[in-house]
Amino acid sequence: MSVIIYIAVMAGVTYLIRMIPFTLFRKKIKSTFFRSFLYYIPYAVLSAITIPAIFYSTGNITTSVIGTVVAVALAYFKLPLIVVALAASAAAFIFGLFI
Amino acid sequence: MKTDFLKGIRDGIPICLGYLSVSFGFGILAVGLGLSILSAVGISLTNLTSAGQVAGVGIIAAGGSLIEMALTQLVINIRYSLMGISLSQKLDGSFNTMHRMIASFGITDEIFAVAVSQKSVSPFYMYGLTVISALGWVSGTFLGAAAGNILPPSLSGAMGIVLYGMFLAIIIPPAKKEKGVLVAVLIAAFLSTIFEFVLKSVSGGFAIIICSVISAAVCAVLFPVSEEKEAEE
Repeated sequence: MSVIIYIAVMAGVTYLIRMIPFTLFRKKIKSTFFRSFLYYIPYAVLSAITIPAIFYSTGNITTSVIGTVVAVALAYFKLPLIVVALAASAAAFIFGLFI
Repeated sequence: MKTDFLKGIRDGIPICLGYLSVSFGFGILAVGLGLSILSAVGISLTNLTSAGQVAGVGIIAAGGSLIEMALTQLVINIRYSLMGISLSQKLDGSFNTMHRMIASFGITDEIFAVAVSQKSVSPFYMYGLTVISALGWVSGTFLGAAAGNILPPSLSGAMGIVLYGMFLAIIIPPAKKEKGVLVAVLIAAFLSTIFEFVLKSVSGGFAIIICSVISAAVCAVLFPVSEEKEAEE
């Protein structure tokens, strides 16, 4: 089968999943439960994506843990996203040079 | 309009850098499975998603059916539907149907995370975020596919933590301030760890849905959010 057909199916399904709810959902949600649920969803999703995956994100568990500790510390003091992200990576890279 | 677009670009720079490193790996993977550079770049340009693309090239390489392809994408990416509903609550008045149909293309874990943390979201803010992120995603794929093996592993490895570092920067400050967010984060992290080490047969995308739905539902019951409090954000 031609690769382009596969790509079209992949892209089509992925787009519809994104587009349909985002386009059709217009009301402000009244239910406190549902509103609270949607309020917590992003934090829950990001947490589930990050943990435990961050601990092997560099391909080495030691440098990953170092990077994670740096990210947690800087995030705790509310530094900007880009600073936290790059500092975590820099810490992992620099520490990696010594092991 | 222009200001919103530029703000989107600026806020999207960490996403762009993170995507550059992640998609670099995707480019290497796709070419390794026998796809052309053009196919790899085409997939990144039209899909803009990580887990779904990795599963997708696996199916292409294995010569799987189109039904399998569609179902796999559905399961892995259905979280974007939830994110779309969540984000729809933050859209400003200028978000008409056409803008929604275009901007929805940019709903990824990272773009969603940055957008939903804003007070309100305009179409051009979404476009700025999406353009800069897609630029990183597509060019990283190209570089990985074309020249994957020349970067030292210490550098490409260290780039792998960029996106996760950004996620921590998004969740930790509110978790520090609000008990509900802290509990949501801890439950989701706990469940996700269980899936990783015990319930390994559940696919990654599906595991994320289960973890986050359970965690958010529990917190919605234990720590309901009042309308006033939400407006303060």
